[in-house]
Amino acid sequence: MSPWLLGPVQAALALLLAPGLVGAIRWMKARLQNRSGAPPWQPYLELRKLFAKEVVVSNNASWLFRAAPFIVFGSTVAVTLLVPLLAVPLPFDGAGDLLVVVYLLLLGTFFLALAGLDPGSPFGGMGASREMTVAALAEPTMALAIFALAWSAGSTNLGHIAARVLATPTEALAPGHVLAFAAIFVVTLAETGRLPVDNPATHLELTMIHEAMVLEYSGRYLALIEWAAALKLLVFFTLLGNLFAPWGIAAALTPGALLWAVLTLVLKLLALGGVVALVETHIAKLRLFRVPELLSASFILALLAVTASFLLR
Amino acid sequence: MGLLSKILRTGIVTEPLGAGDSEVVHLVREVDAEARRLFGRALGIREVDSGSCNGCEIEITGLMSPVYDSERFGFHFVASPRHADLLLVTGPVTRNMEVPLRKTYEATPDPKLVVAVGDCARTCGVFAGSYAVAGSVDSVIPVDVFVDGCPPEPTHILRGILTALQSGRA
Amino acid sequence: MRALFLLLIAGYASGAAAALALGSGALSRWASALGAIVGASAGLALAAGVCIRGATFSLDAPGFFGPVGGMAFTLDSLGAVFLALTSLVAAPSALYGAGYARLWEGRPALRQVGFMLNVFLLTMSLVPLADGTLTFLLVWEGMSLSSYFLVMTESDQPEVVSAGQWYLAMTQIGLACLLGSFLLLQSGGPGGFSALRAAALTLPPGTRDAVFALALIGFGSKAGLIPLHVWLPRAHPAAPSHVSALMSGAMIKMGIYGLLRVSLDLLGGGPAWWGGLVLALGAVSALLGVLYALMEHDLKSLLAYHSVENIGLITMGVGAGLLFGSLQMPAAATLALVAALYHTVNHAVFKALLFLGAGAVLHATGMRDMNRLGGLIRGMPWTAALFLVGSAAISGLPPLNGFVSEWLLFQSLLPGIGAPSPLVAVLMVLSLGMLALTAGLCAACFVKAFGITFLAIPRSPEAAAAHEVSWSMRAGMVVLAVACLVLSIGAFEIVPRLSSFVAPLVGVAGPAPSFSVGLALQTPGGFARMSPALVAAGLALVVLTAWLAVKAFASRRPVRVGETWGCGRVVQTPRMEYTATAFAEPLRRIFAAVYRPSEDVSIDFHPDSRYFVQSISYHSAIVPWFERYLYAPVISRIRSWSERVLALQSGSAHAYLTYLVLALVLLLGWLVVTGQP
Repeated sequence: MSPWLLGPVQAALALLLAPGLVGAIRWMKARLQNRSGAPPWQPYLELRKLFAKEVVVSNNASWLFRAAPFIVFGSTVAVTLLVPLLAVPLPFDGAGDLLVVVYLLLLGTFFLALAGLDPGSPFGGMGASREMTVAALAEPTMALAIFALAWSAGSTNLGHIAARVLATPTEALAPGHVLAFAAIFVVTLAETGRLPVDNPATHLELTMIHEAMVLEYSGRYLALIEWAAALKLLVFFTLLGNLFAPWGIAAALTPGALLWAVLTLVLKLLALGGVVALVETHIAKLRLFRVPELLSASFILALLAVTASFLLR
Repeated sequence: MGLLSKILRTGIVTEPLGAGDSEVVHLVREVDAEARRLFGRALGIREVDSGSCNGCEIEITGLMSPVYDSERFGFHFVASPRHADLLLVTGPVTRNMEVPLRKTYEATPDPKLVVAVGDCARTCGVFAGSYAVAGSVDSVIPVDVFVDGCPPEPTHILRGILTALQSGRA
Repeated sequence: MRALFLLLIAGYASGAAAALALGSGALSRWASALGAIVGASAGLALAAGVCIRGATFSLDAPGFFGPVGGMAFTLDSLGAVFLALTSLVAAPSALYGAGYARLWEGRPALRQVGFMLNVFLLTMSLVPLADGTLTFLLVWEGMSLSSYFLVMTESDQPEVVSAGQWYLAMTQIGLACLLGSFLLLQSGGPGGFSALRAAALTLPPGTRDAVFALALIGFGSKAGLIPLHVWLPRAHPAAPSHVSALMSGAMIKMGIYGLLRVSLDLLGGGPAWWGGLVLALGAVSALLGVLYALMEHDLKSLLAYHSVENIGLITMGVGAGLLFGSLQMPAAATLALVAALYHTVNHAVFKALLFLGAGAVLHATGMRDMNRLGGLIRGMPWTAALFLVGSAAISGLPPLNGFVSEWLLFQSLLPGIGAPSPLVAVLMVLSLGMLALTAGLCAACFVKAFGITFLAIPRSPEAAAAHEVSWSMRAGMVVLAVACLVLSIGAFEIVPRLSSFVAPLVGVAGPAPSFSVGLALQTPGGFARMSPALVAAGLALVVLTAWLAVKAFASRRPVRVGETWGCGRVVQTPRMEYTATAFAEPLRRIFAAVYRPSEDVSIDFHPDSRYFVQSISYHSAIVPWFERYLYAPVISRIRSWSERVLALQSGSAHAYLTYLVLALVLLLGWLVVTGQP
């Protein structure tokens, strides 16, 4: 298979797996709540239904409201082309590194926040304000964690980082890596709107962060945004899984290696999903003004990660 | 890990859905096949309290509990009528809730269903004739299924929603 | 080249003359704008000649100011970058100004602005060309004074007068420091910059440090580094919008130019503490700039604080470059300086775009207060779209130019972690964290700025009545928006060129590192690679594919327009929307230790019972703490001293005669003692 084909194949795989990941986490949470819950493929059915529904748009909204779902969705899909899902080396490794990934996700958040403000509803404004606050506070942690990883790998390009850990497995247990993993895990919870930062299943507008921005969306626009949110979760889990524990990634583009890569990816996603489900079952949501404390703690972890990488190189 | 051991000891408590009482669920209009096909496996429900005493709300909360578990049918409660496919309306429509109920209905994208829960929703129940009540739910918005009871059991409410989706097969 | 230089001067001069001679109407407006555009184009061509074709330009004019040394002009590649960015911003701003000046139709202000604008542009364009102390200080002061007059255009408003006073005071303090700096530099021997460069090698380290420190204060105050930035948030909102664009876009960059020229070129770099100090100042400026910008709800003040922030980012690059240069890491130093220069150009372009957009809003509604605006995207679609491009660029979002230079800045700080000194490593790590936080907060601030101003429902009748501005104003903004995209996609060409200008200054022997591979940018040692062109193309392709796929497979039902969902409330008024103050409130609480807001709540109770409230009023203010603890005491101290000195000005002729005699006696006595002829 031509290496350039890997990009679209990765994107397609990510699109396929993302709703299933969200469904699997919901299923696990349901089981932890002692109920049978919906089957893990429920989000696929919801997406299919949403694409067939009517779209109702607010009379105060502008063209930005209709364009934002495509920008959010497009930027998140573009990110899937850059993360090491299946194989290294990545064909688009020269186009973007980990910083590009972070900023493409910020692009999506930017336009989603604007779309929350557009209809003129106070819920949307509140969601936009809180989302941008959390995103801004999570940035320093991401930057430092990236540099902790990059420093030991010698590059900020994702393919290189994954390849480096594959080449020297003992790197994975280096203190710098472990601390960076913890820091990025907290950022994952913050950026993807999971407890304890945001409750994805809440109905109380005053407790919403991400959901508040999408209260006005319906039909296919809502489907795109929900899909993009699932993709974002998958991207973060992929970074956690395939940068810190890249075993299973295909080194050559043979069918056997790729199949094995898909299998290990699914296992890693389910494992991380299980951890998130357990965390969400045990922890209550934090007050909004406690979230900076959590993010500062993750910043300290990232700072320690950089120091550890630097001191122990 | 006290919580985790308690979870494991309790196990799955969801009960299979009972047959319900066919007297209690009234299908008012035939739901078209397209909507039935669309919502058969994934349904977003928006709950609207148009002046109820909250007795029905407590039963509806029971729907989401581990015992009745509405989620296993693909139903989930949504935060906004824009995300909803079905409106679950309770209460006699009070004068103050008449406009909000209509606005909620208009805010919901097509195709949509309405299930009115409780005696108050169909006949205004004990509040019939009160100065504060504007009328039953179907005088404000078109209703597909009525579920009688004061309050109706969660089983009946679930059967009512399923009836709206399957039109005829109770 | 000489012809282009003369055309530069002629263009601006004719624009100035036309403004004075042709009255206060449309002819004057257009003639002065045209002169400015001609001058700017000549400047751009001159700079392009030096940058792209590698030509040299040098001109001596001993006839001007002959008795004190004459003037001399030279354009090298460093100066050419700054001349290019000045011209790049000047032409669209002048075009914009032609339409904007209709505001003063029939009033003397139109002539004054036309004249002063051309003088300002001329002196500002000559700053990168100046070769020699006298020339430099003359054009520098000309630039400051002409911009002062421009700031004071609407001097019937008290806050404009106050802004002018602060501005004048800060520029003169800066000039005094620069004078001191250059005089110390000249103690090694007078002459043009080349002579100064050679002489600087012989200066003792104490003198070099003093030169650097004074230059940092002088140029830093022009650039707007904290704590010398206080004039910026006052002067930029007070000035007419295209002037604010030029001041923010080009003039404050002259501070950066001066700093680079003195510390890197003339002094040839210095000890590590120079770079460390500049880096630290830059990081603090960046973070505090964006934090104060978040709390502003005047559109132009917000943009002014963002200028402080971006100057902080540029200064971080300069500081890192100086630091790496002193630590014998020439490749890293080159990358840091390239990042700084590139961000200088990028910021000039998108900040000018944003100020022109804010000016359009002011022109259409008469208001700058975001809490009274809103819904402008319907009445002013072009301005809204162009402001959105500027907002995305300054927030550092791919695929625009702000992202590329911030990426370069990130990558340039990274080698510092491996520097030999642990203090440097710690400084780098902290700077990285502050850079990332600044970038995130900047995005948050521009969601607020664009969202509250342009989206949702108008919050006042003026905002509801707004309509699009004239074609010349739109054209100016379009040129800058296109430049944003071009500067991003063309990075693979621009960065190597900037590197070739900067590398000789940090002592890179041999060819300069190109930092570029194909369509991508690459840092030394292949550490990181990124291609803005591919990112832009990929993003466009994916969005287009998604749009087509959704069109093909999603429901065919037409889109229905309904009311905004508000829990079924009966009516929606603008009072129910989010305001700018509300948007920034979580960040205000989180950073309360920095802001120290004063809050005042007063409750009016019903006269008969404390359980019934008639009205509640809430007042909150943020006074930047360096104004409260640094400037206020200094100003009051100066006032009290001045009042004491006032005692000498008794008004009596006898007293003044006595002073004269006393001074004469003292002078004669001193001459006798020192034996001077």
